[in-house]
Amino acid sequence: MDETVRNLNYHVPMWFTMIALLSVSVANSIKYLKTFDMRYDIIASKCAGVGVVFGLMGLATGSVWARFSWGDWWTTDAKLNGAAIGVLMYLAYLILRNSLEDASKKARVSSVYSIFAFPLFIVFAWVLPKMAANSMHPGSGDTVGFNKYPLNNNLRMTFYPAVMGWIAMGWWLATLLIRNEFLIHDKQSNEIPD
Amino acid sequence: MKIKLIFLFLLSFITNSLFAQTQQNPFYSNGKIYVVVTVMSIIFTGIIIYLVRIDRRLKKTERELKDNK
Repeated sequence: MDETVRNLNYHVPMWFTMIALLSVSVANSIKYLKTFDMRYDIIASKCAGVGVVFGLMGLATGSVWARFSWGDWWTTDAKLNGAAIGVLMYLAYLILRNSLEDASKKARVSSVYSIFAFPLFIVFAWVLPKMAANSMHPGSGDTVGFNKYPLNNNLRMTFYPAVMGWIAMGWWLATLLIRNEFLIHDKQSNEIPD
Repeated sequence: MKIKLIFLFLLSFITNSLFAQTQQNPFYSNGKIYVVVTVMSIIFTGIIIYLVRIDRRLKKTERELKDNK
């Protein structure tokens, strides 16, 4: 593993951040379907968008790590393929949103899509790799997770703050976009009294 | 201009991988610490690109809100 074990503070929190943002996204999709308040749809879509960016960075960093630890940019591993499918599903979510013109239709269709996509993402990226017969990726298949390694505690001490920091970073990026959309939304709803 | 700079920055990674097959590959030296450096650079680049995009979107909003006044 050498010094690359330090990637634990970068590659792994990317995925944690993505899952955190997607959880917020799907919770707000459900809220939207209950209330039909466009603000919930804005939160849901922006969180998913930032989540996908973190997912893409997770894929890119993982690919580089794999090149120098396993010898190839990409291996047909349950964890790698599952995560790639999961990210693609959420890319499809963003494309679906862009392809619909009517705002309320866009919000409804994508909310329903995200309620289906989120459990599938968890299954593909987390549950199925865990059940896989053989996987090189730590924490899936019969390999041990990082918490089973005789990790020196210094790494653990930086890992948990790193996870919290990256999740905070992702949430902050999402709030920037959400506040921006809220400004447009409030302006538009002031123009057309309903 | 900005895009060109980002492109040049990304090109510097490709030039690194051209030497991947030689024994003196710096990526395998010093306990592969440069793999960690690359990973950090990818995340840094990704976040900077995303921040530039957010900046552009915000500018668009500012213009829209100003025009409609």
